[in-house]
Amino acid sequence: MSIPEIFANLFTFEDYGELVALLANSLIAAALLGVVGGLISVFVMARDIPFAVHGVSELSFAGAAFALLVGFDVVTGSIVGSVVAALIIGIGGAKDSEKNAIIGVLMPFGLGLAILFLALYDGRAASKFGLLTGQIVAITPGQILTLIICALAVLVVLAIVWRPLMFSSLDPEVARAKGVPVSVLTIVFMLTLGLAVALSVQVVGVLLVLALLITPAAAATQLSASPVWVPVLSVIFAVTASVGGILIALGSPVVPISPFVTTISFLIYVVCRLVGGRRMESLHRRRAHRAAREHNTPIPTP
Amino acid sequence: MAKESDASAPATRREPVIRLRDAELRFGPRLLWHDLDLDVAPGEFLAVLGPNGTGKTSLLKVLLGQNALSAGTAEVGGREVHKGNPAIGYIPQQRGIDPHTPMRGRDLVRMGIDGHRWGMSLLSRGRKKKVEDLLASVGATDYADAPAGTVSGGELQRLRVAQSLANDPTVLLCDEPLLSLDLHHQQVVAALLHEQRVERDAAVVFVTHEINPILPYVDRVLYIVGGHFLIGTPAEVMTTESLSRLYGAPVEVVRVGGRLVVVGGEEECVDHHNLPDDSFDLDGTVVNR
Repeated sequence: MSIPEIFANLFTFEDYGELVALLANSLIAAALLGVVGGLISVFVMARDIPFAVHGVSELSFAGAAFALLVGFDVVTGSIVGSVVAALIIGIGGAKDSEKNAIIGVLMPFGLGLAILFLALYDGRAASKFGLLTGQIVAITPGQILTLIICALAVLVVLAIVWRPLMFSSLDPEVARAKGVPVSVLTIVFMLTLGLAVALSVQVVGVLLVLALLITPAAAATQLSASPVWVPVLSVIFAVTASVGGILIALGSPVVPISPFVTTISFLIYVVCRLVGGRRMESLHRRRAHRAAREHNTPIPTP
Repeated sequence: MAKESDASAPATRREPVIRLRDAELRFGPRLLWHDLDLDVAPGEFLAVLGPNGTGKTSLLKVLLGQNALSAGTAEVGGREVHKGNPAIGYIPQQRGIDPHTPMRGRDLVRMGIDGHRWGMSLLSRGRKKKVEDLLASVGATDYADAPAGTVSGGELQRLRVAQSLANDPTVLLCDEPLLSLDLHHQQVVAALLHEQRVERDAAVVFVTHEINPILPYVDRVLYIVGGHFLIGTPAEVMTTESLSRLYGAPVEVVRVGGRLVVVGGEEECVDHHNLPDDSFDLDGTVVNR
């Protein structure tokens, strides 16, 4: 099969307009998840906890697999799994040094449980696979409603705690000295992270959650350090990836959504990284200039 | 161990901004210090010295309301210590910041003003002006828009000074703010802190291993060793006699080229008084490097 033939098989774009209309709800949900993912990823970067996202996603997977096994709602199962994981990490890993170890311990346990539940489950194989790779076009209107409610809840909580959460994420010692309840905010954030992971799992699946919860802000921080621009860019990147991924995937009868979401996300990062590399160079040049100038000024004498 | 009987600052008679009475701090079975009486006057510069693990940082945490005293009382600004006291400005130990951390120099300063409030921040004109003024007062306007992770250690500490001044504090608590700075920047940052405390009449409590960069500005020294302490002017405390008495072992304070060097004081916190005399070796460890 030649390459053009492969492409012809991958993308047919048959009945495209009708498909888009049919999946309007999924697109709205994906856009909302993009907003949530973009904002949460800013805090994931500020707190430097990408590993936690991965750990939470595997327990989210275990929760969803258990729900599948016992015939319970899969979306609810994944939310319960990830919120429990996020709470364990948030409470048990108060110290940074402990956090990674706790995540490393939780992760294989969660994955092992998930494999067990899937092995016991004798239903459709596609349902299993959907958990790993995302299934937003396959979920029911009721589940989409759950997703939208959870996404809005995350956004409301973030709006309320934004400033002190940012303070305690970026500068925990001074935040604590200023009376910011740093430990409480850590748990609040881990709860919202847990919800965001569970929501993202529906779009890109357990294995690829990082594409929506880390890459957008990682790309944005290549371009800016502004407290306004980083979240704005991050949201734009995440929505572009989630909605764009679905729109492209609709044109293909064989390829699932997640490869498109992750590829768009990755390409955005690569472009930002290239642009950001130059920015870093110029920042370092300016710092060297300042150092040289300061070297020539006399030391203040008392 | 004898201590200075007069706990109040000699030069002023104004109400102290920090007042400790019979203060004792213990973590489980470990007694850090006890019977500490200390008054710090407005505008006074107090250096807190001593080997590692003697409870210098813990003293700051008591004043911040983060560590509770096991006995005695502690007041800051006329009120019992409590968390989030707006009368306090705080400069933490230097910590590396990743270059891609989404925070510019000006954001670090701004968080000192309103970072503890709920909700999203809408930067008012007044607050913006305040940030600019603070940046200008420490000479950081030049690099205020650079990511905080890309400025030099000395530049970062200037931003930290500006941040600590954000709420017009009457007390500045500084935890080794000169650590990992080169000599030039140690002097620059020390001079800056001195200038600001004079201008704002703010008391400075300065925890450090190294008294030399701040020696020209220090009014009094609190020197803690193994649960005991000395309070007094640098001339009173930083002498061979006083420190030998405090360490309970022969310690020598020498002046080398205008710098004070303590020879023979040990880095580790050991209760020397429970050890036989021959366990001390004058290995030339320098406390105040």
